Amino acid sequence: MIKKMTAMTLLGFACIGAAQAGDLALSVELPRIDVAEYHRPYVAMWVQNKDSGDVTNLVVWYQLDKSGEKGEQWLKDMRQWWRRSGRSLDMPVDGITGATQQPGVHIVDTKNLKNLAAGSYKLYVEAAREVGGRELLQIPFEWPAKSSQLLEVQGKTELGKIALQLTP
Amino acid sequence: MMKTKLPLIALLAMSLPLVANAHRAWVLPAATVLSGENAWVTFDAAVSNDIFYTDHAPMRLNGMKAIGPDGKEVEMQNQHTGKYRSSFDLELSKEGTYKVFSASSGLRARWETEDGKRGFWPGRGETPAPGEFEKAVPKNAKKLQVSQSSRRMETFVTAGQPSKTVFELQNEGLEMQPITHPNDLFSGEKAQFRFMIDGKPAVGVEVTVIPDGSRYRNSPNEIKVVSDKKGVVSVEWPSAGRYWLEAEYQDDKAAKPATTRQGSYSATLEVLPQ
Repeated sequence: MIKKMTAMTLLGFACIGAAQAGDLALSVELPRIDVAEYHRPYVAMWVQNKDSGDVTNLVVWYQLDKSGEKGEQWLKDMRQWWRRSGRSLDMPVDGITGATQQPGVHIVDTKNLKNLAAGSYKLYVEAAREVGGRELLQIPFEWPAKSSQLLEVQGKTELGKIALQLTP
Repeated sequence: MMKTKLPLIALLAMSLPLVANAHRAWVLPAATVLSGENAWVTFDAAVSNDIFYTDHAPMRLNGMKAIGPDGKEVEMQNQHTGKYRSSFDLELSKEGTYKVFSASSGLRARWETEDGKRGFWPGRGETPAPGEFEKAVPKNAKKLQVSQSSRRMETFVTAGQPSKTVFELQNEGLEMQPITHPNDLFSGEKAQFRFMIDGKPAVGVEVTVIPDGSRYRNSPNEIKVVSDKKGVVSVEWPSAGRYWLEAEYQDDKAAKPATTRQGSYSATLEVLPQ
């Protein structure tokens, strides 16, 4: 299963052309969870500079509600993201926010990291699910990368495998 | 009603500090960090033995107030007072930090009457009018003790980005001036608060912090700290949850006719997990 995921992940990276110079490619797996009442998780992904604490948001998936802002009520459940960034944003945010996603492996758009300054960073992926749990994963990395690296971390409950491909 | 009840507690606190701890007044928000437009928060308010268990008496709401991020009063909606607790709701229609509080201050006196009984002023259920002290308290009474006493109880909730307007000091009694925002507390982190007495740093304030859930353990697990020269205390949160903070201060720098000055402060705080 894990091997298959990796294969899929790499395939995904290949498709979006991760091999370009000075690039970051990210895939995030949302596990299939077998429960009576399943709601797609809210997921936030961001990169934080170790020294300055500056946050760059990649993606925030939440329940977009056309009629009102009911879906925004639960944004705070992504507690670290809410603290680091969410509470200072006026939702929705173009180029960051999107609808919740189905279980599976998702290739995440990293265009917001295009002009990432050199430094030490942490990638954070935080998921919170209605009537479910919460999980926060992190991958530390140096930018720009000195060599081609595939950094992975495996979630236990609300998240599956997170893979960050760095290309110098 | 609240004003009438608190002075009595204050009097007890003067003579028997341990007894005053038996009943604790608190107001507990159902959530302290909120997102989305027009978030609502519901509150419980009570006086009880164990923190956050409604086992003694409801808090009367007529002495309580809520103010919003703009400093203006916010209506406490859907008020209800039952056997053991009061409850109300706040609609957070503006972004920022809201404060729910009650505060009172004034002179208190106790003495021994000519027939050897205990005299005290103001009496139970009385809110004295200005100038009444001169008439009501016998100046040459035995063992006359007059104190300038203040009491304040607070809690905070934030919609969206935290703000600081509600921390503005009244420069009266014992107050807390947050250094760490009280709606930005996380387990394993350290928070700092500054205590002020009549607008000046209060040195040597005894602060006790009690975590929620004492019913399910054998010891209260209190954290005790004392304010430094700048009136500052540091508290490191051992775990996520709700906490009740109580601060007590006393000195002899009172304005006449008082001989002692004392302040008590309490707050309900929520600490979130990392």
